[in-house]
Amino acid sequence: MLELHDVHAYYGNIHALKGVSLTVDEGEVVTLIGSNGAGKSTTLKTISGLLRPRLGEVRFEDGVLNAVPPHQIVSLGISQSPEGRRVFPRMTVAENLEMGAFQRTADATLQEDFKRVYRLFPRLEERRSQRAGTLSGGEQQMLAIGRALMAKPRLLLLDEPSMGLAPVLVELIFDIIRTINQQGTTILLVEQNALMALGVAGRGYILQTGQIVLADSADRLRQNDDVRKAYLGG
Amino acid sequence: MDLEQFAVILSIGLFNGLIVALVAIGYTLVYGIIELINFAHGDVFMLGTLLTYFGLVAILPGFGVEASLISALALIPFIMVITAVINASIERVAYRPLRNAPRLAPLISAIGMSFILQNVGIILLGPSPKAVPSVLPNDPLIVMPGGRTLISLNEVVVGAVTIPLLLALAYFVTSTRQGKAMRATAQDREAAGLMGINVNRTISQTFLIGGALAGAAGFVVALFLGQAWWFFGFPFGLLAFTSAVLGGIGNITGAALGGIVLGLVKSISDFYIEARWTNVIVFSILIIVLVFRPTGLLGAKQAEGA
Repeated sequence: MLELHDVHAYYGNIHALKGVSLTVDEGEVVTLIGSNGAGKSTTLKTISGLLRPRLGEVRFEDGVLNAVPPHQIVSLGISQSPEGRRVFPRMTVAENLEMGAFQRTADATLQEDFKRVYRLFPRLEERRSQRAGTLSGGEQQMLAIGRALMAKPRLLLLDEPSMGLAPVLVELIFDIIRTINQQGTTILLVEQNALMALGVAGRGYILQTGQIVLADSADRLRQNDDVRKAYLGG
Repeated sequence: MDLEQFAVILSIGLFNGLIVALVAIGYTLVYGIIELINFAHGDVFMLGTLLTYFGLVAILPGFGVEASLISALALIPFIMVITAVINASIERVAYRPLRNAPRLAPLISAIGMSFILQNVGIILLGPSPKAVPSVLPNDPLIVMPGGRTLISLNEVVVGAVTIPLLLALAYFVTSTRQGKAMRATAQDREAAGLMGINVNRTISQTFLIGGALAGAAGFVVALFLGQAWWFFGFPFGLLAFTSAVLGGIGNITGAALGGIVLGLVKSISDFYIEARWTNVIVFSILIIVLVFRPTGLLGAKQAEGA
């Protein structure tokens, strides 16, 4: 479904991605694990069109995404919950969700997707007319994921959904990620919390300073000594 | 103190304030969405006065139509479309290529655009103000018991042009899909792109709206003052920009409020103190407000689109 082939990306003169290759097949949850600055978010940015790869290719289904602007990538079926949530702080929860569905206003199933998001996150329904900036961190994360779902993506990119959340909320968010996947959405999950990420994912990639150093099934990665030392706390 | 006189001064200030508000909103919309002070905006407003002048002295007579209030009003949509397109074109050629450049670069580019438009004004209108045919009836509408006119018909025309535009803008921004996209883009441009919002189109649209409002303001001023002049962009632009900052730059309601407040301050100062002191007073108020509320009267911590 998604394939990155030898992708190189730069921030100015900084060589952030040095030949990243990965694939995500339909129906999977794939996780991309790495420490701060390894290039995880950068990889997602090359997929969602916010950053252009200088070399290599990003393919989605039958098309090459390299030069497609972000708003068109959304209509191809990829949406993203960005790092740091990035909800629109002075718009209400409902307006934020509406923006998530920006490409599909003429769609009759829109109301159903509001209901679907509110079923996944009942908290958002309670707060739907509240400004997003006044929500707690966990609620903003729910909103960011819900907003990305409103685009009805076939591939959902999640960037650090557990960042800054209390352990109970992390459990909740990961349960919901599992549910979303079971409902039929393919997920590429970027995480620093490797333990949780490998718990929901079928396969994983380990990213270090802009390069994939290891790719394997989630079970085997969990048992790999190097991975345990570096990312699972021994 | 003569209360009736005071009422007249408030009424003049209010109507002037409405015009300033239209121009101020153009500054605030653009700042809200790309954090740029569009120095050329006052000059786009000036082009509105210029187009009104040519509309009345050349275009209408060219079609064999006599310049009257009705035929003048029919010019408004054309003027608004032209100034809207000019403003959006300025963004396209002078600001968009510099979107990722250091912030000083588009600012200098904006000042350059301002000079270019002023010189276009000089070329087309000549160096001195041109008299715009007077089509506004100056008849009193509401007369107070002491015999002074509180509201005259020409002020009604000002209100009839400005107030519906302000209301339409408020509706657009709060209730339409494109208006919400504009607010979203102002609050987080990158996230807006991830939502499927076409950011470049949204920015163009913001300039279109700002330019259209400036054109309408230019029309009203040309009729109200009976003049079109290449230099108008500077004093009106400065006052409007000050209003936008006073209200909280980036905040639309703030810009409208700031325009009305400064309109009132200006007319009170012009009458009770002296017109020469008006700018001193306007800017003193701005400085005092900013010392105690650096984000302006209604400003949030950051610029916002609503």
